[in-house]
Amino acid sequence: MIKILSIFLLVATLAATPVLRAADIVGTVTFKGTPPAEIPLTQMEDNADCMAMHKETPTTHHYVVGKNGEFGNVTVYLQGMDGKSTGATAAPAVLDQKGCLYEPTILAVQTGQKITVKNSDDCIHNVHAIPSPTSGNQEVNDPQQPGGADLTYSFPKPEMFLKFQCDVHPWMFAWVSVFDHPYFCVSGTDGKFTIKNVPPGKYTIVAAHRKAGEQTQEVEVKDANATVNFTFEPPK
Amino acid sequence: MNANAPVKINRPLHWFAIATAIATFLLLGAGGLVTSHEAGMSVPDWPNSYGYNMFAFPISKWTGGIFYEHTHRLWASAVGLMTTILAVWLWLRDPRKWMKWLGIIAFFGVVAQGVLGGLRVTMHMNSLGIFHGVIAQTFFVLMCAIAFFTGGIWQKKSENKISTVPRGLRSHVLFVTILIFLQLILGATMRHQHAGLAISDFPLAHGKIWPDTNPDAIARYNQERMEVMNANPITAFQVVLQMVHRIVAIVIFTGVAAAVGLSVKRLGKKDLLTKLSIFWFALIIFQIVLGIATIWTNKAADVATAHVLVGALSLVTGALWCIIAFGHSAKLSETETAPFGAFGTFAANK
Repeated sequence: MIKILSIFLLVATLAATPVLRAADIVGTVTFKGTPPAEIPLTQMEDNADCMAMHKETPTTHHYVVGKNGEFGNVTVYLQGMDGKSTGATAAPAVLDQKGCLYEPTILAVQTGQKITVKNSDDCIHNVHAIPSPTSGNQEVNDPQQPGGADLTYSFPKPEMFLKFQCDVHPWMFAWVSVFDHPYFCVSGTDGKFTIKNVPPGKYTIVAAHRKAGEQTQEVEVKDANATVNFTFEPPK
Repeated sequence: MNANAPVKINRPLHWFAIATAIATFLLLGAGGLVTSHEAGMSVPDWPNSYGYNMFAFPISKWTGGIFYEHTHRLWASAVGLMTTILAVWLWLRDPRKWMKWLGIIAFFGVVAQGVLGGLRVTMHMNSLGIFHGVIAQTFFVLMCAIAFFTGGIWQKKSENKISTVPRGLRSHVLFVTILIFLQLILGATMRHQHAGLAISDFPLAHGKIWPDTNPDAIARYNQERMEVMNANPITAFQVVLQMVHRIVAIVIFTGVAAAVGLSVKRLGKKDLLTKLSIFWFALIIFQIVLGIATIWTNKAADVATAHVLVGALSLVTGALWCIIAFGHSAKLSETETAPFGAFGTFAANK
């Protein structure tokens, strides 16, 4: 009798206690105003292999801004979350070389997470990752033949905007941010971002763009999605 | 051997030495193009090229940056071969002991250059790239000196027919030549930051006489710059480096102008060294124009490479001026010791 009563009381207590679940932080990044003009990659015009894959000369992609100011390629992350990396078991991120350009140009991964670099082109590339000298990550430089095997890298230390470049085609570069936790994402071309499964609590959230700068806000996650929006303007 | 007896000129050796010096100059250009096109790491392996023996790498794969890096390696091999032949030829045929040893130094110099270049690639070290660039120009000075020593103008010194150059003028030109060498080190350091132009305007610097270098300003420079090439971010160190490079250029300009004035005054307008100093001054003016053009063309590869080459010619001109001047000023002793005759005489008389 007492046993049954105890179990009943336990279940009732659990049912009454609100369960705090992880939630997402969602939002939109917008760009107000006209971004600086992108620059045609005229050096590519001297390379027949690369130009064969384009109808016209491509431009740089420093700013990815939609018709209504949707701001893509902004890296959004939570501060102060180091030590929570799940990179070792995370699915590999993919960096592709297509049309003698990197896709995507902005990527974010965790420490220890694999980055698979593909060569989808019919020409040689070299994959040259240049970390900051003080980051603790190692520089790598490997050849990649057309149709050759994918190359795989991972970086053990957090670092913002680690550069990948191809020295055969010097207009090719991409920036990979490495975080020691899983609470980050890169805004899409629609400007939207989602940081998934954030435990309840108060956080500082950062939106960083290599040219437009960096902004921070405070956000509190309870048991429903939290929304944070960022608005960037042209550099003064 | 009587030091005052003229050494018979070995014309084939002399012409081969000139050819090797010219080949070295062209190699400087090839190497300059590699860095100007940011192609230094485009062939990740060494001494092979993408797994091929470098002499068997298919021409169809010489694309993009590979073309500059790979042809640079091939041309370097040719210069290495020519230097080796020259060293052997000097050892066997030049009666002057110091010339034989100059040939040996040249041989080890070109080998060291090759290894440095290779290690720069395999060890991913920009600092080795700086050494590689500086030693390349030093090696070029050596090859020009060897070509000069095997020729007739140097031999006339031995016949004791050239006038003495005043010590003050010699010291001045030597000082300016050393300054040019330091400027070359600054330039090599700048180029091997691989950060594009740290200052993209001239005559101002980021809109000021002396640019801001605080962290906010540096962040602003990086934000404003829309890179087309894979440039590293600008740093405060690079901004200061370029400013120092500009200031040293002004000092060099003044120093070479003074060398012209002093040469005209002390040696006369018709003296070989006066004419050489005027040529030197023309080179420096051209070099300054190229330096400004490098900025105004956003570091166009051909302009930046021309700037490297004219810098090399400026260094060699100053060095040859010094060699001739110090050689002319030597009182010939019974033992011909070294090209810097005044120093050699001093050593012999100790």
